[in-house]
Amino acid sequence: MKKTTIPERLARNRYVTDEEESHIHVDQEIARRTGTGKAIVAICPAKVYAEEADGTISVEYAACSECGACLAIAAPGALTWRYPRGGMGIQLRQG
Amino acid sequence: MSDVTTATEGVEPDFDVIVIGAGVAGCVAAYLLAQAGRSVVLIERGDTPGAKNLSGGVLYSRVLEEVFPDFLTEAPIERTITRNYIQFLNGSSSIGIDYQDDRLANPVNAVTVLRATLDAWLAEKCEEAGVFLMAGVRVDAVLKENGRVVGVRAGEDELRAHVVVAADGVNSFIARDAGLRTKEPTNHLALGVKAIVSLPEETIRERFHLSGDEGAAYAVVGDCTMGVGGGGFMYTNKASLSIGVVLRLDDMTAKGYASSDVFDHFIAHPFVAPFLKDGEISEYASHLVAEGGLSMVGQIETDGMVVVGDAAGLTLNTGLTVRGMDLAAASGIAAATGIDQALTAGDTSKVGLAGYRTALFASFAGKDMETYAKAPAFLERERMYTRYGQLLGDILYGVFNHDLTPRRRLMSVARGELKRSPVRMRDLMSDGIAGVRAL
Repeated sequence: MKKTTIPERLARNRYVTDEEESHIHVDQEIARRTGTGKAIVAICPAKVYAEEADGTISVEYAACSECGACLAIAAPGALTWRYPRGGMGIQLRQG
Repeated sequence: MSDVTTATEGVEPDFDVIVIGAGVAGCVAAYLLAQAGRSVVLIERGDTPGAKNLSGGVLYSRVLEEVFPDFLTEAPIERTITRNYIQFLNGSSSIGIDYQDDRLANPVNAVTVLRATLDAWLAEKCEEAGVFLMAGVRVDAVLKENGRVVGVRAGEDELRAHVVVAADGVNSFIARDAGLRTKEPTNHLALGVKAIVSLPEETIRERFHLSGDEGAAYAVVGDCTMGVGGGGFMYTNKASLSIGVVLRLDDMTAKGYASSDVFDHFIAHPFVAPFLKDGEISEYASHLVAEGGLSMVGQIETDGMVVVGDAAGLTLNTGLTVRGMDLAAASGIAAATGIDQALTAGDTSKVGLAGYRTALFASFAGKDMETYAKAPAFLERERMYTRYGQLLGDILYGVFNHDLTPRRRLMSVARGELKRSPVRMRDLMSDGIAGVRAL
């Protein structure tokens, strides 16, 4: 099978992106201090999180599979994460 | 009826029961309650039922036949599993057990499903039974009055019912909101990363030695997860493969690997790659798996609410079989039984709803959770994922590698390899005894 990048794979998924609000917020200070920033970058299979040059964590929330792994490993206060609003987010066609 | 035992203080509830989440557990509970004549609303945050749901294993289907007698002929089933493989992967070797049995097809024991189609079918059955389906609605919180759950809030809207069923999946924000659960320890959770690889039907039959609608399922341990606690899975759908890894969160964070790298490592492994040749990933997503076993189930009923399925931690990994959907269905049945009794008695307090727990633990699902209560701790033993596969491979290499040295008896080869392996005899004994006790 041809090797594909994560963005190439995600491009085959269907998403309804909530243009008005992100369902994910990172507290940069706590994320940096607790190591949560690096941990969520690694754990997310969709690479929603990236560490920028200045050390902050950027969030590509539209790519989220809504599994909740990042929230499960995050230090208290580092991450605010909820499901997207009804009907928004990933729309699995197979599952 | 007194205020203490029912939902309302002058406000007439909109429904007898609100079910949050149109997965297997939620749909089964909603369907049975509607059949019993109760008014039921089924709220699903996905635009359509199944849009948010992902499974990483086969469905042991008999329990669903109890609810839907025509399940096998009517439901969107992909394949009937007649072949089970258990595979140890090492860097350059692999050892497998191939268990094929015609009896697994008659009666049908396990099937593969795609949740987007299965859950849509289940929700349709619910609607036929009179359930009011509200899709595309996210429940934000439970409504509480005098300490008991009386309904739910979704945005500006409030809905009231005698009983709320939290069937909202492994993250169960609803059970947390109601105070039934706290944040789960990371050794109780695993991350499933999965792709659907599309392949022609005929190719799947050829590669997996299948005929007709037969299917195969692989459980893989060892090098597939780069040594992280967990395993790999692969099973056949009609014209696709479901393939992925399940990675224990505590071990993933300790090792610091990127989960996508572990997944990529698995699908590129020389044992796995040939199965996927010329295939195309048509969906790629992830899902959490409850791995805590019985100790994760905890409190599943409170005043005005019960928790079912993944939300109640009802999944089982016995090393050979990985189960969730059948337990979800069983919990849906038990919840419907308990809730119906409570509504009839006019007592939907925690005490009134206790029939749910009683029914759950009288069923195979509750009993199996108890039987395998020690399995999670056993499966946390690191050697399971790294050393035993290698040891077994080295012993077999010693047997099959005819390098012109005189042959030794099998026991002597095994003893020699054990000596060279980092596995100590006492580890082997300890793991053996623990395994016998846990599984």
